Amino acid sequence: MIDHSATPTLLTQLNALTGGLFLLSTFGVIAVRQVLGCLKMFIIQSLLLSASALFLAYYYSSVHLLAVAAIALGVKPFLIPYLLRRTVGEELTSRREISQVLNISTSLLIAAGLTVFSYFVAKPLLSVSGGIITAVNLPIGISALFIGAYVLTVRREAVPQTIGILTMENGAFFAGISIASGLPFIAELTAAFDALIIAVVMGILIRKIHERVGTTAVGGMKALKEE
Amino acid sequence: MINKIVFNLLQVIVVMAFSPLVKGVIDYLKETVQSRCGPSIFQPYLDIWKLFHKDEVVSEQSSWIFRFTPYMVFVTPIFVTLLIPVLTRYPLFFAFMGDMLGAGFILALGGFFATLSAVDTGNPYGPMGASRTRMVGFLAEPVFMIVFFTVSFVAGSTIPYIVQKVWVTPLSNFFEPSHVLVMLAFIMLIIAEAGRIPVDNPSGHFELAMIDESKGLEYSGRGAALMKWGGSMKFFVLVSIFLNVLVTPWGLAQGNSLGAVLLAIPLILLKIFAFIIVLVVIESSFAKLRLFRIPEFLVAAFITSVAAMITYFF
Repeated sequence: MIDHSATPTLLTQLNALTGGLFLLSTFGVIAVRQVLGCLKMFIIQSLLLSASALFLAYYYSSVHLLAVAAIALGVKPFLIPYLLRRTVGEELTSRREISQVLNISTSLLIAAGLTVFSYFVAKPLLSVSGGIITAVNLPIGISALFIGAYVLTVRREAVPQTIGILTMENGAFFAGISIASGLPFIAELTAAFDALIIAVVMGILIRKIHERVGTTAVGGMKALKEE
Repeated sequence: MINKIVFNLLQVIVVMAFSPLVKGVIDYLKETVQSRCGPSIFQPYLDIWKLFHKDEVVSEQSSWIFRFTPYMVFVTPIFVTLLIPVLTRYPLFFAFMGDMLGAGFILALGGFFATLSAVDTGNPYGPMGASRTRMVGFLAEPVFMIVFFTVSFVAGSTIPYIVQKVWVTPLSNFFEPSHVLVMLAFIMLIIAEAGRIPVDNPSGHFELAMIDESKGLEYSGRGAALMKWGGSMKFFVLVSIFLNVLVTPWGLAQGNSLGAVLLAIPLILLKIFAFIIVLVVIESSFAKLRLFRIPEFLVAAFITSVAAMITYFF
């Protein structure tokens, strides 16, 4: 292990910047009204995630993290959107506005609250293991986790809900690679392919719902059977 | 000492002289991008010149506020110019009279009087535009506060001359997430405050969609000229706060000689030109938001500034 000095260098600053933009793109998932915009925000977020993994690989000089970055870059911004496009079909590109339980302004303010909360959650964890990189990445990852869960709760459409789950996964990944750089490679690999399987399963489920009900606005489904 | 007073007044002259040019260049570039044939870049000068030579009509029903407002709108950006770095890197004579928050409040005072005068005449469109401006204004206020609190907390001071050094020494500070997020939030703030496209269409004269423009409809002659000139100076001041304090404090005069300060004038104009290009791209690639979408835009700016704050504090 190399010495984690507390002085900020260009590399740690770039990593922190990636973290800040990651947080911003997570807010973007909430702020955007259309399904395709939501997916674009997820793509940007995944690109930032793989950039962060790349910086971490350089910082810890770890080959495993480099492989993780490569897998994240291949799977998340390209393969998952492609699979969603294939399985969900034209429902993804329709320019319909997504209905929400709460309006966007309120949602964004709640998201800010969740972010502050996640900083408080991360504080005791950071006192145990606190490198300069972990101090930045862990709370941002946790807040992406919370915001993804929030998106899952509030949106009434199936596709953005899937993106909420994938955002949660991204957040967990973002926090995970910063806190445990020595994680076994196999675990990282499983995590990356789990996300892929989530996307496929959700995509097929959404397609089935669309075939049965004629819409993907799952928020309107209250009863199991049609009366 | 006398040097610093002269340079401070030179700043005011630069802002007064070049602010219509900035407006003209924006209009010209926008029309060019939209493949229309725009007016010359000197058109705002001609407009102001023409208006100064026209008779002024003031309603008998209006009060002193209506006559007083153009001077207020014209003078407040000049006061702010005395406080902020426009040409020099070192503080000038009036620099310690007020901090950035004070500058913001002085600018808001001009806006306050413009709102009052719009209500004063009883023109049906004036109060509508005034209430809309207030809506945008009070939603932009928290963003403004948090941006400046973050900036001042990082720098340990609210004087803009001290703040400008912090983000670029050493250069890696430039990439600090709070800095980038503050820049983004401030761009959104400038768009909202200056009535630029995602929030308001500055060239639109359709009554129901106007926000900023409808406040000056009743003015004619000298009053209208002062309102126009004051508006473009306000924009110039906001942009120079953004560029010289928050983004690129390079190109400002280091030395004490007149030559160095004069050399800073083309450099700052060049920086503003670069910013204008970014602004024109933003304005040409977005549609104007519906009125009730504007709070979402400003909440997004607020969230960006809050993110900037918390990524720095923790």
